[in-house]
Amino acid sequence: MELFRIKKDIPFMSYGRLTTTISLITFITAIIFLSIRGLNLGVDFTGGTLMEVSYSHTADIDKIRQVMDTIDLKDTTVQNFGTSKDVLIRLPIRQDLSIAQLSEKVSKALIESDKDTKIQRVESVGSQVGEELYANGALALLLVCFGIIAYLALRFEWRFAVAAIIANMHDVIIILGFFACFQWEFNLTVLAAILAVLGYSVNESVVVFDRVRENFKKMRKVSVVEVIDNAITRTMSRTVITHLMTQTMVCSMLFFGGETLHNFSLALTIGILFGIYSSVLVACPVAMWLGVSQRNLSQDQPKENQSQEINP
Amino acid sequence: MNQYPKWKYGLVLIAIFIGLIYSIPNFFGESPAVQIMPTKTSDKLDVSILGKIESTLKEANLPFDGIVQEPNGIKVKFANPDSQVKAKDILQNSLGPDYVIALNLISKSPVWLTKIGAIPMYLGLDLRGGVHFLLQVDMKAASEKAAESYLNDFRMTLRKERISYIGASRLNEIVRLQFDSQEELEKAKKIIKVNYPDLMVNESSSGKDKALDIGMSEMGKKKIQEFALKQNLQTLHNRINELGVAEPIIQQQGLDRIVVQLPGVQDTAKAKEILGRTATLEIRLVDEDKTDIATLESAQKGNAPFGDDLFKDRDGRSILVKKNVLLTGERITDAGPGVDQQSGRSVVHVTLDGRGSNIFKQVTRENVGKRLAILLIEKGQTEVVTAPVIQQEIGGGRVQISGMNSPQEATDISLLLRAGALAAPMQIIEERTVGPSMGEENIKRGVHSTLWGFVAISVMMMIYYMVFGGVSIFALAVNLLLLVALLSILQATLTLPGLAAIALALGMAIDANVLINERIREELRNGNTPQASIHAGYDRAFDTILDSNVTTLIAGLALFMFGTGPIKGFAVVHVLGILTSMFSAILVSRALVNIFYGYRRKIDKLSIGQIYKPNQD
Repeated sequence: MELFRIKKDIPFMSYGRLTTTISLITFITAIIFLSIRGLNLGVDFTGGTLMEVSYSHTADIDKIRQVMDTIDLKDTTVQNFGTSKDVLIRLPIRQDLSIAQLSEKVSKALIESDKDTKIQRVESVGSQVGEELYANGALALLLVCFGIIAYLALRFEWRFAVAAIIANMHDVIIILGFFACFQWEFNLTVLAAILAVLGYSVNESVVVFDRVRENFKKMRKVSVVEVIDNAITRTMSRTVITHLMTQTMVCSMLFFGGETLHNFSLALTIGILFGIYSSVLVACPVAMWLGVSQRNLSQDQPKENQSQEINP
Repeated sequence: MNQYPKWKYGLVLIAIFIGLIYSIPNFFGESPAVQIMPTKTSDKLDVSILGKIESTLKEANLPFDGIVQEPNGIKVKFANPDSQVKAKDILQNSLGPDYVIALNLISKSPVWLTKIGAIPMYLGLDLRGGVHFLLQVDMKAASEKAAESYLNDFRMTLRKERISYIGASRLNEIVRLQFDSQEELEKAKKIIKVNYPDLMVNESSSGKDKALDIGMSEMGKKKIQEFALKQNLQTLHNRINELGVAEPIIQQQGLDRIVVQLPGVQDTAKAKEILGRTATLEIRLVDEDKTDIATLESAQKGNAPFGDDLFKDRDGRSILVKKNVLLTGERITDAGPGVDQQSGRSVVHVTLDGRGSNIFKQVTRENVGKRLAILLIEKGQTEVVTAPVIQQEIGGGRVQISGMNSPQEATDISLLLRAGALAAPMQIIEERTVGPSMGEENIKRGVHSTLWGFVAISVMMMIYYMVFGGVSIFALAVNLLLLVALLSILQATLTLPGLAAIALALGMAIDANVLINERIREELRNGNTPQASIHAGYDRAFDTILDSNVTTLIAGLALFMFGTGPIKGFAVVHVLGILTSMFSAILVSRALVNIFYGYRRKIDKLSIGQIYKPNQD
């Protein structure tokens, strides 16, 4: 079986303007959503308490809300998740109660009102810890960007490095845009997924760039555009198959992974889908416009001398 | 050209073999066990206790599956949770308070595996259930407390040296001593400087007020804070031991934080109470001149005599105690229950450290016949635990506290004294609790995600790349095996995000094989011979695989550096997964392909799926 039967190189670069325009529009839309709606930050970042409670019967949400009112915790959100028997309770940080007291108070009240209550999970984060996690997350994101730029600049060329990081930051912003648009909860696990996507997506650009470099060595008499087109066309099969495989795994997590892994796999899915697009159709045009050429690549890679002609 | 030297096949075989051995323990499951540990963390486990455990269980007619002795305690294996719980109660009764009996799980894997260090992966709290606390130590309070203790020391020293002072007080971290003459001030200054070289002594006299301000240097404060943290860690260790938790983790994090993880603990309320118990112990003198009913009554109305505090003892009787604190719980090095040989009543034996012994000796010498009050201060409430009469001067730092109502009380109080007080109060700033059923559910979720994802990828790869797809899947399976083995060997904490990282690692590792297979197809398409295509395919793909893995590695390392808790778990697996995938995708799959094709003289066709050649159309 072979999915891709390509006779000629597809002139991807001639669509460069179109594809980057599309990217730009999605990118701007994502930024708009981010600035208007903002991220729905989880307790990991905002501080507060999250409690997962389960019952052997259908949970009575209204009754739980009443219980919250009786213990004077008015700004609580109570909602079902997963099944009708599972309930998620979110409590903001209180000035008058420590987080330890808060969760204790709630679980006591819930168990008193219904013996069947089972506290499955409690996550309480103080405001100070939340701020630190937020700062650390941002720092990690920054560090990854610089690390990747440095590595690519060393291995390839600064133009490739910049192109790759632009393409990938574009992915990250779009993932964040989706989370802002649908108000999915953004927590530490999602952040981990985003950083993983960043590493993974750069992969993609690297594979294409590798081919571009190789082509520059082999195809001496053709234009930069043709070189890039050929590189993309020849790696396309691999790009699609690989992403299909990774996405299969991520789908498996989406179906079997439960609540905790749900948003994690969502972030990965968006990252993978846009990763294909951006690493090929954004990173390459950007690299081209930045002026990659045979000359600025061949200097650091003089090893293979035999130049093979490849019939395009 | 497609043959490996023998050592490379050997390397692959050895890696697979080691991978198998070290990942096997994960598949045996666990059986219920009880763990017996000495109550005092400093105590070594007595070997003779093994015989006692065995005979106790035999007497009670409780069958057990085996006893293992480990550095952190003795574990007895049981067939079912029922006998486990029964055994816990029986052993607790027969072994007494010197041992803590905790419920635990023990791997069912054969003993020889355990002996060579092959043990299952270490599961994080979200997979086994339990509580995670992050505690913030109040360092300001630690400094203030240190200043308070200096204040008491100065009072004692000045009295001993017969230097008269008119006031001694503390403002935040500064101790102020007031004198009515410059002469006395100078004397005091000299003595303090000699006895406490670390402290900064400043004169702050204004007009008639002659005063000394004594503060701690930054270094001194830092030392006190380090000490406070260490003391709190030790205290937590002791208290958690008291809870009977099988494998607690109590670690310093940063300069002023402590992480406490209690696997399997469900009663979070009790855990919180015990962790947060800011009980401190004080020894003071009872004011023997003020025991008449009239003074006590007026004290109850809020008019305690100058220099005294009014407290209640355990029977609810009022008692006036001098304000001057002679000793605090910090000076206790050990405490244990016992029986007084003359009266036959329960007592607590307390051992004091060097400085405490000296103070205690001096105090008891000067106050024979008077009562000594032992105060327990908890949540702002002070209670007189006992107020025994000093019979004689007590030297050597061994103190017997009488007046216990029962052996149980003696045990409780000695536990409390031994566990010690916190050097500084702590606050819980992060709490994560996962119920045990939720933990099991999470394991199931993670395993199912990986399993079904793996199956789906296998089917797709084999349909698309035929034999080479099969080779890729074999390499992927080896990758999984090595990853699990590596995680087991390193005993890195496996969390649910970690399980997700395993799945993701597999999903991403297949990339290397796809790259190789596509390259081989391309070489074939260009008209190269099968052997040459295999060679060139692996060779050319290598650079790309390396580059792409390094960038992923960078992301993984950043996650590891800045991540906490579950994210760190994700990062560890992510990074290890990249390393194992490099090995398996390149070396293992190549070895297999070599065995398959490398030794054939003539190959017409590689089974790598259909290859489309545009020229033939």
